[in-house]
Amino acid sequence: MKVTLWGTRGSIPSAGPETVRYGGNTACVEVRASDGSLLVLDAGSGIRRLGATLASERRIDLLLSHLHMDHVQGLGFFAPFFRPGAEVHLWGPSSTDQRMRERLARYLSPPLFPVRIRDLPCALTIHGLTEEPFALGPFRVTAKLICHPGGTLGYRIEEGGRVLAYLPDHEPALGVRHFPREPEWTSGYDLARGADVLIHDAQYADGEYADHEGWGHSAMSHTLAMASLCDVRRLVTFHHDPSHSDDFLDALHEDALGCRPPYELVPGREGLTLEV
Amino acid sequence: MAQQAIELILLRQWASYLTVPLLLVDHEGVLLFFNEAAERVLGQRFEDAGDLRAEQLADLFNLQYEDGERLSPVEHPLGIALRERRPAHLRMRMRGLDGSWRLIESTSMPVEAQGSRHLGAFAMFWEVPQP
Repeated sequence: MKVTLWGTRGSIPSAGPETVRYGGNTACVEVRASDGSLLVLDAGSGIRRLGATLASERRIDLLLSHLHMDHVQGLGFFAPFFRPGAEVHLWGPSSTDQRMRERLARYLSPPLFPVRIRDLPCALTIHGLTEEPFALGPFRVTAKLICHPGGTLGYRIEEGGRVLAYLPDHEPALGVRHFPREPEWTSGYDLARGADVLIHDAQYADGEYADHEGWGHSAMSHTLAMASLCDVRRLVTFHHDPSHSDDFLDALHEDALGCRPPYELVPGREGLTLEV
Repeated sequence: MAQQAIELILLRQWASYLTVPLLLVDHEGVLLFFNEAAERVLGQRFEDAGDLRAEQLADLFNLQYEDGERLSPVEHPLGIALRERRPAHLRMRMRGLDGSWRLIESTSMPVEAQGSRHLGAFAMFWEVPQP
């Protein structure tokens, strides 16, 4: 698998001179199988630039972790949506009371957006996910609810004997007195266990977490501990706080490296490509 | 070791902060957790409880109707919530593992999750002051 980060920022796009190196676009990740099959994870603002590279792609599977704005705001600017002949499958969390199409239509309809879902010229199919593993081409995909406000999925994607885990918005330490102690009682453990690459929320510095407990995101030390508990090979930090400048993030990762984690720690930068 | 469903993880975390006694079992009735408040009523620490199933609770705690008639494993609220997937409530007598008899009220709820997943049930109970 080849993984490219098109947006690594959390909450709101944060373009500016202070975010050039880590990037200002919100969550979007491209996953390519060895045969070229494509998965797209989340539709934050980073998906606009990805979409521009997919002119010849016939089928696109787009997996949404949840429907917060920073994960869907790029949908209206995703070029394949506007290409007749493109077959787009949109996958995301089921809801108890509304179909995903109706929930997405709150954004993709006037007055918030000029184009309605039903007017998109591509062949669009929207799927609400359960927790049963399923196959998408060469990928085996497992989606599970994780600890983040509202129904939020994390993903475990397996292909060619390799495992990518994607938990972009995640607060596994919420309400846990001694995190992490018990895998059985840790949100996201089954998804991330033994992953070759874990892309995980690292929104806050430890000192910031106390004021944001319950907001659904991780302190850096929680992210590091989660990766250790799950025995991953590589951790990619993700969902950087919009107020964190490049210099701040450099310092945060330097401190993290000082903890000598038993895996490779990769700062999640927009444009980064990894072989899984 | 497989991870529990997020609904059970959050329920256990919530229970650990409550001062209302709460006991949680999985869909097969296997004990997952009871909180400190429940420890006081049950007369046992959770860490010492070992493997326990919902159907054993009636015998273990000598559950009885208020009039002293014995309560069968299928009649107590947790068993009903688990088996029939509906809430149930009862006032009953029990003997804690510390040997003390108590009059308690118990309300049990099934834990039903998205995708028609029946994850288990929990009982909230409290001691009724006796004259």
